[in-house]
Amino acid sequence: MIFHPEDLLVYEYDGSVDRSMPRAVVLPANEDEVSRTLALAYREGVPVAGRGSGTGLSGGALAAPGGIQISFTRMNRILQVDTENRTATIEPGVINLDLDTHVRKFGMRYAPDPSSQKACSLGGNIAENAGGPHCLAYGTTTNHVLGMRVALEDGAMVNLGSGAREIPGYDLRGVFVGSEGTFGIATRITVRLLPLPETVKTFLGVFPDIDSACSAVSAVIGHGIVPAALEMIDALSIRAVQNVTDAGYPEDAGAVLLIELEGLWEEVDEVSREVESALWETGASDVRVAEEDSERERLWLGRKTAFGAFGTIAPNYYLVDGVVPRTRLTQVLRKVSEVSEKYGIIIANVFHAGDGNLHPCMLFDEREPGVKERAMAGAAELMEYCVEMGGSLSGEHGIGLEKKQFMPLVYTERDMDTMKLVRDAFAPANRLNPGKIFPDGESYEPALQRTPTQVDPGMYV
Amino acid sequence: MAQPETPARSTTPHPDALQPVGEPLNSEAGFSGVDVPSEADLYRCVHCGLCLSSCPTYTTLKVETESPRGRIALMRAVHEGRAGISDRIVSHWEMCLQCRACEAVCPSGVPYGRIMEYTRAQTLARDKRGAALKRVDRFFLRGALPHPRRLRLGFQLLRIYQRTGLRRIVRASRLLRLLPGTLRHMEAQLPALREPFFNAGPRVYPAQPRQASGEAAPGTTRTVALLSGCVMPLMQGDTMRAAVRVLTRNGCNVDVPSGQVCCGALNLHAGDLETARRLARRNIDAFLATGAGNEGYRIITASAGCGSNMKEYGELLKNDPQYAEPARRFARMTMDITEFLASLPLEPPGGRVGRRVTYQDPCHLAHAQRITGQPREVLKAIPGLELVEMEASSMCCGGAGFYSMVQPDLSAQILTTKLGNIQATGAEQVVTANPGCMMQIEEGLRSSDGPARARRVSHVVDILDEAYRAEKAPPG
Repeated sequence: MIFHPEDLLVYEYDGSVDRSMPRAVVLPANEDEVSRTLALAYREGVPVAGRGSGTGLSGGALAAPGGIQISFTRMNRILQVDTENRTATIEPGVINLDLDTHVRKFGMRYAPDPSSQKACSLGGNIAENAGGPHCLAYGTTTNHVLGMRVALEDGAMVNLGSGAREIPGYDLRGVFVGSEGTFGIATRITVRLLPLPETVKTFLGVFPDIDSACSAVSAVIGHGIVPAALEMIDALSIRAVQNVTDAGYPEDAGAVLLIELEGLWEEVDEVSREVESALWETGASDVRVAEEDSERERLWLGRKTAFGAFGTIAPNYYLVDGVVPRTRLTQVLRKVSEVSEKYGIIIANVFHAGDGNLHPCMLFDEREPGVKERAMAGAAELMEYCVEMGGSLSGEHGIGLEKKQFMPLVYTERDMDTMKLVRDAFAPANRLNPGKIFPDGESYEPALQRTPTQVDPGMYV
Repeated sequence: MAQPETPARSTTPHPDALQPVGEPLNSEAGFSGVDVPSEADLYRCVHCGLCLSSCPTYTTLKVETESPRGRIALMRAVHEGRAGISDRIVSHWEMCLQCRACEAVCPSGVPYGRIMEYTRAQTLARDKRGAALKRVDRFFLRGALPHPRRLRLGFQLLRIYQRTGLRRIVRASRLLRLLPGTLRHMEAQLPALREPFFNAGPRVYPAQPRQASGEAAPGTTRTVALLSGCVMPLMQGDTMRAAVRVLTRNGCNVDVPSGQVCCGALNLHAGDLETARRLARRNIDAFLATGAGNEGYRIITASAGCGSNMKEYGELLKNDPQYAEPARRFARMTMDITEFLASLPLEPPGGRVGRRVTYQDPCHLAHAQRITGQPREVLKAIPGLELVEMEASSMCCGGAGFYSMVQPDLSAQILTTKLGNIQATGAEQVVTANPGCMMQIEEGLRSSDGPARARRVSHVVDILDEAYRAEKAPPG
């Protein structure tokens, strides 16, 4: 257990902009310790937040005021891999990429691949219903979790779902995945594995501007093609990525598309010709194909390091995780540049174009007075616009603390009350991650703010 | 539910003791002076967490306080005046291996090595370093490394200790139990010296005729300088000689300039920037005095840790009006020996080394210098040699300069993981490119089974040299 105030300084953050200092951090070694910790906290009236690797972008792992964290870093065993039924049973602290790497030895893979996959844990993936580039073809975490053992707020253990594909009764597994740690804490997880595809082909489409890249997205999807992944990276993000690693993105491009096809050799071969012609027809200035693993890894490395790479442009970022219908992409991206100008905030775009999951990223330095507020106001305007366009607030990062004030844009009071009824069925005392997701409830305004210090203007930008 | 062993020397007993905005905990809060981690560097970290899985201490202990992200958060807390430079915070900083694996994977490009060095400079300036580090610094880093004659004398005594059987007697007599933990560990880690010592300059080893053309073509000969360094010529004299032979064989006149000293890397890592700078200036004088004007002149080192430091002399001396420019020039000329060999049309080795080896990436080569392909290229040029990759070959072995003396327990745990990965490859021998890694892994392999070779860790140039020397032997 960690309780020294100086040590707790490193548990007050996750990957998001919010902060909240826990009173203590418990590092259980097994399910029984999780259950006993929860039972004790329940008796004492102490709120609890589960923490995986702390890479989340919506504040999901932050402790409530006066609350504690349960950190799952030491519960990281892969308990069983069933090659015949293609399932794996694991502890919640297992790192996403570690699971995938492990099962690849048996010719299988775990499909959801968030950008933070080499650090993020499966427990956290379940809480946030994490996505990733390959979710276009394979679905998000909820499509890959078969069953869980879950510790409830009072420490009681229940089973949700099972190892089987179909389950009788209510699909509580489905309700649980994406509940952002407010229903319970998964302590043992069974996931579905997929066989490795016979062949994989990755395209890099280079475009002079965002608009032509957007029309390429529509053209590809319009051909009836479902790529395994379809990602867009704008000029600013290309620059950020190339600052830290040579991913092979041309630095003078207005935008690039990363398209991955996989499946049987014949099928991929045929579809790839269609993709190539769709890219050329919509104005691509160059189309590159990576067939070697190393080339493909290099292209993906750029995509997966993009968010961190924004640190080379500004020290803080606020990620808007809006989802819009694909056909509205061009419009929404125009709105993004309007907002950028209006609020004087740099915005980078790197996102899952295939499923309309935007990730406009507001880049700023919070030591500059007023800038954080401007970024938030700009983000609010963008989110409102996404909803107006028939979209949603969050594709894959969760609502948490970060976006809870925007929930009324999408839901009525009654809608949210109904959701809370479901939560009350799992956690009637609301001790797990209280104050998140919904705009009411306690405030997390951190007691300790960063001391603003003087920086030379333009130092980061 | 144990925390890593950090003595509970609390200065702030309760969360409420942490002060809000703008009210420093005490007058000692905040960094001060010239050698401070820069705010721009500290705030480059967006705490995304992508460094976590590459950090040997985090993956071993699984707590955020022993992660790169956590250590930066603590630096920021100090910088912001939210916490003082307490013993506890220092203990987390000193748990860092300074392997810089986090730096290599950081998507924001946080210069972690640099900010940790400046942070250690701060702990030194405030006399806040842990007892073990202070001891190692006083007796070894300051007391021995910068003084070639003292070092040599020490190693001569060591030679006597090992040769005469005195070691057996001491070990049997339980005398060692009287020593403090650090020294006891150091005794255990004492390497078998690969004698004789390598005698540095003043001399130039002439280039050999190139095999391909039959003679040294005038245009292909160049002069390079070789860093002799501090302990490497005394401990791994044979590797130094192999380095010279491999270079001369590849058309280089090898100059080992006199007046050169230890590169100062370990002093820098301990936060002793003053000593590091003094040594750097002496090396700059020694190396730039000789052949710096010649075209193709390079400063070569067979030690990854030294090369990494020498390539960063520019940063170290950036505020030195007299040396800033020469330091940058020196840094540009520095090359690791594997980097240099791979940049040449390498003389193809004619001899066979029929052996299955695995390569350990030295941290300061793979992470600090980002050199991973070149040593493998050199190895792959050797006929008969089979290179098997181990899992996590670029994860630190726990040696990390003086780390194994300051943090023996954690160092040993990290080494255990490494040995498991080595054994899983079924390799007959481990090859690497840094003296510290050679010593650390050799210590780990000392008790392993198999032929003597399996317990001996080689440098890439040792193997290449072996292949060149095997040419003279009859085929088969």
